[in-house]
Amino acid sequence: MPKQLLKGNVAIAEAAIRAGCEAYFGYPITPQTELLEHMSKRMIELDRVFLQAESEVAAINMVYGAAAAGARAMTSSSSPGISLMQEGFSYIAGSEVPVVIVDVMRGGPGLGNIQPSQGDYNQVTKTAGHGDFHPIVLAPSTIQEAMDLTVLAFDLADKYRTLVIMVADGAIGQMMEPAELPPMRPVREKPPDWALTGAAGREKNINTSIHMDAESLEAFNQRLQQKLSLIQENEIRYEELFLNDAQLVIVAFGTAARIAQSAIKRLRDEGLPVGLFRPISLWPFPERQLADLVARKAKGKPLVRSFLVVEMNAGQMLHDVRKAVGTQIPVKFLGRMGGVVPMPDEIEEQARTLLALFREPKKHLLQESGNGHRNR
Amino acid sequence: MVTATADHEELVYQRPEALSDIHTHYCPGCTHGTAHRIVAEVIDELGIQERTILVASVGCSVFAYNYFEVDSCEAAHGRAPAMATGIKRIQPDKIVFTYQGDGDLASIGMAEVIHAAGRGENITTIFINNAIYGMTGGQMAPTSLLGQKTTSSPFGRDAKLAGFPMRMAELLANLPGTAYSVRRSLHDARHVIQAKKAIRLAFETQLAGLGYSLVELLSSCPTNWGMTPAEALAWVEKEMIDHYPLGDYKVADELKTQARRGRK
Repeated sequence: MPKQLLKGNVAIAEAAIRAGCEAYFGYPITPQTELLEHMSKRMIELDRVFLQAESEVAAINMVYGAAAAGARAMTSSSSPGISLMQEGFSYIAGSEVPVVIVDVMRGGPGLGNIQPSQGDYNQVTKTAGHGDFHPIVLAPSTIQEAMDLTVLAFDLADKYRTLVIMVADGAIGQMMEPAELPPMRPVREKPPDWALTGAAGREKNINTSIHMDAESLEAFNQRLQQKLSLIQENEIRYEELFLNDAQLVIVAFGTAARIAQSAIKRLRDEGLPVGLFRPISLWPFPERQLADLVARKAKGKPLVRSFLVVEMNAGQMLHDVRKAVGTQIPVKFLGRMGGVVPMPDEIEEQARTLLALFREPKKHLLQESGNGHRNR
Repeated sequence: MVTATADHEELVYQRPEALSDIHTHYCPGCTHGTAHRIVAEVIDELGIQERTILVASVGCSVFAYNYFEVDSCEAAHGRAPAMATGIKRIQPDKIVFTYQGDGDLASIGMAEVIHAAGRGENITTIFINNAIYGMTGGQMAPTSLLGQKTTSSPFGRDAKLAGFPMRMAELLANLPGTAYSVRRSLHDARHVIQAKKAIRLAFETQLAGLGYSLVELLSSCPTNWGMTPAEALAWVEKEMIDHYPLGDYKVADELKTQARRGRK
């Protein structure tokens, strides 16, 4: 199929349909509303289930019901709506039904604004709801990748009977770029054995997240943790760019990575040793792959001299990067918040400052590089 | 259910197929058991056990999925009508019902139930109104009566402080999507029989695809009311029915013939 000019939110919706999504429930919220609007037309045309819910709380519980009844089901929202859905996330994790959620992140806290942000990183990767669980979290940086990851999200949700959250941001949701739609798959013919379909000729199926007996709840949790470990083993995804000889490694995901890439290309044109490490799965986080970069040696010394984490938040993934790479190599941070998107120029400037330090480490330069939250 | 067992014996009363053969966790004298039984009898009589799906709720009926022999799930607090909506939209040929208490439906789940009814969602709700939060130990519910003492209204429910009891059957009857909304009581045998007829009609509403159906059942909670089972049933009759009149608040035209037959 040839490439066509597609808007992010519409592309994600159409990719979900092509992945075999049978049911969509959602609630309008900027900057993801086009996703719901596209679904409202296409799902009805295809005789699938579309319903605009009365709230995000209801939407996620409708998705929960549809998934429990054996459908490939999804919802989408933006940050404040994701906060409302978190109750449902926990129940979905606890009752092990496959669900796909798209979070087109916007500025927070509170109502914040409708500009692009990555402020939900901790929320989706670490605190998606009460209890011990993590969703699989995928972060695209282009519209093509947003579509590919949407298809993958449905497959991973089914494979592990878990919730998968794809985090885009207002930029990816709203912009247009050429991309190729995935092929149309048939919808699943038969619901899975565990689904609620009416107990005809079999024992009844029960879908619940309650285990009143402590030992039985612990046993469930142990099994859940084993499943999460398996996901950590199998589902790490990331991209490396110019890392062969990079002394400065910029770590960024989503739109921030895309902007960092522009800065890196300019610096590379001058022959400067800078590269990009882009986590695609935010949970599981590519911790070992980052640690491996620390172990790289050139002439007996560490090849990588510094990491620079770039995010559209106050430094959330930063903690995961620091945990992965330890204290041997400095980890610097550049972040913009509140819907301000970092410019390639400021990333470039920050990178130049750090690269200059590698050549002639001077104390005053180190001091100058500290300016509040932008450079921790 | 009448089954011939031997030449001169007739089995006239037994456990319905749709009711599991296990002990429940309900307190002695609680009317949940009665409500479960008449719902199960209706499922048997309509022959829909193999295509019925229960959405249990949070409260004393949280384990209802253990007691009904049908495919079941357990929703988050108040969200049963939303979860049931998801199930019914995927499996429109199945009979989907929620079983919810008054804290679940009339407090935390008010939005979900009103919108499910507003959409004319073709599901059925069995609504247990015992004027109190049972599972958490007897706190004030939105349905608690004025003056009623609970562990969170120790001086009695005061309208100035906590507003007025919610009349759900009447409230939901106002919505065009509601096809059937009635209130019955479980305080004595005659009323239990009437309640069962209403439950049957509610399921028939769904079978006919007419829209949302709800049966509110006035129920007793001797444990949290601090009464004997007999006193509790008397309190339902004497106090609750005053504020919660029994009656049919919405009966879709298509159901009226059956409804008349049901009342006889």
